[in-house]
Amino acid sequence: MLPAATVLLLFLTYPLGLGTWLGFTDTKIGRGGEWIGLENYEFLWGDAVTRLSVFNTIFYTVVASIIKFGLGLWLALLLNKHLPFKAFIRAIVLLPFIVPTALSAIAFWWIYDSQFSIISWVLTRWGVIDEYINFLGDPWLARLSVIAANIWRGVPFVAICLLAGLQTISPSYYEAASLDGASDWQQFRFVTLPLLTPIIAVVMTFSVLFTFTDFQLIYVLTRGGPLNATHLMATLSFQRAIPGGALGEGAALATAMVPFLMAAILFSYFGLQRRAWQQGGQDK
Amino acid sequence: MSDTERSETPTSAATTDSQGMKYLESTPRRLVTVYLPLAVFLFVLLFPFYWMTITAFKPNEELLSREGNPFWVINPTLAHIKKLLFDTAYPDWLWNTILVSVVSTLLSLFCSVLAAYAIERLRFRGSRYVGMSIFLAYLVPPSILFIPLAAIIFKFQLFDTRLALILTYPTFLIPFCTWLLMGYFRSIPFELEECALIDGASRLQILVKIILPLSVPGLISAGIFAFTLSWNEFIYALTFVSSSEVKTVPVGVITELVEGDVYHWGALMAGALFGSLPVAILYSFFVEHYVSGMTGAVKE
Repeated sequence: MLPAATVLLLFLTYPLGLGTWLGFTDTKIGRGGEWIGLENYEFLWGDAVTRLSVFNTIFYTVVASIIKFGLGLWLALLLNKHLPFKAFIRAIVLLPFIVPTALSAIAFWWIYDSQFSIISWVLTRWGVIDEYINFLGDPWLARLSVIAANIWRGVPFVAICLLAGLQTISPSYYEAASLDGASDWQQFRFVTLPLLTPIIAVVMTFSVLFTFTDFQLIYVLTRGGPLNATHLMATLSFQRAIPGGALGEGAALATAMVPFLMAAILFSYFGLQRRAWQQGGQDK
Repeated sequence: MSDTERSETPTSAATTDSQGMKYLESTPRRLVTVYLPLAVFLFVLLFPFYWMTITAFKPNEELLSREGNPFWVINPTLAHIKKLLFDTAYPDWLWNTILVSVVSTLLSLFCSVLAAYAIERLRFRGSRYVGMSIFLAYLVPPSILFIPLAAIIFKFQLFDTRLALILTYPTFLIPFCTWLLMGYFRSIPFELEECALIDGASRLQILVKIILPLSVPGLISAGIFAFTLSWNEFIYALTFVSSSEVKTVPVGVITELVEGDVYHWGALMAGALFGSLPVAILYSFFVEHYVSGMTGAVKE
């Protein structure tokens, strides 16, 4: 049983190490690389497309995560109420998360189509706009469209996880709070939110991680276009490494994501610690 | 939300109802604060699926016209589905996806059971750190690992085979399953194992005859979750496979059904629909397990 665990670790850490090493070489597909030190990073630092992709990634992650959190929390609170068909609704809500992202992205592609978009159709019928919106053709519109699709997929995850957290909060706290004269808002602010904080920390860490390293949605919807406006670090590193053949460069770009991820993991770690401390436990 | 939901009723009526004081809210208020937003949420979340389904059955003339009501099909057609099943390699992709998902899920479950049991119960030196690093490994996303893994795949000459996918999927499945199963194993009382040890059972016997039967719900959760994860996997399948016969559904639909500037929307949507249905159906049978798997992984 011990060997199983060791083999596992090797299988995971080896690629990670190899990736870091590749980042320092000029490996191409089908040809081994030589050690070239920091050259890849220097090149990427001066590369306008890379800088744009870093900006895009951060913008994408921040905006999508904040909205996902807001909507997710709201949906969780709604689902936590006494509802008919509660289990059924909860099951349906998770569907966007279950279905392969690449496939639901195709549906969004069609919804965002420049000539036959259903959104444009409805808006012209209502007289809001005169001509069809070119959702994926304009840089900022494309960024926002992609973010909307990401939010669509991410909200159910956040909502269901937070709902699980909400259900662990004992109703007697609310009874006590309402006996003390707390309004609904005060109950939410001083009972729900503090008790939910640890779970929020963890869920949002996951959400940020998945958003930051997102690949499928962008690849299907825009392939990084128009004018690289939606290239994320993950899609750019794929494009440089696989169709472009520059494995070393792509690996360097992928490795450059690690510091951001470490920050997110540390955040989650402290979230966990706080939870243990709240429950009167020792440090984990 | 704060304004609309603020309760006007005096807070004197103590209640033992587990729903708290919510019954004091009037029906019109609930309609605005609960049902309306919920309906909007459900509409937005489900609309793409409806749209996918309706597009798959629309004939091309209806798809490419701006007249009429696009929300309904006037002359439903099976042409797109026929094209998908007989003119493309779609059945192959579907078979590949099923094969790869099932095998890699089983493989991961097997490894995870051994690993999780070792970490939880053997209590070797540093097991806590191993547990922690499993969690960290779970957080390492595929989009960082695919380049080095591609290099390894080339080296082992596994490129363009199903085996490449079967061997790489466990890299993200095993940490997840192990983490989940560790939580389950922890909840099984130690005394059961001690009894078995006294009765002369070996570690392996304990695992197979005592621990595994008790952790069936955990195994199902982990299995379902791992299966959907590998069904959804995209970047590895895109990178490690290039011939049509070994592609999985998501990759095949994206790369093969899009030809130049002419998009076969009907066939694309039908492909997306049939690629989504199996996981959706499987999920609908095991909703509770799936949810507990997902939230369990987050809560631990």
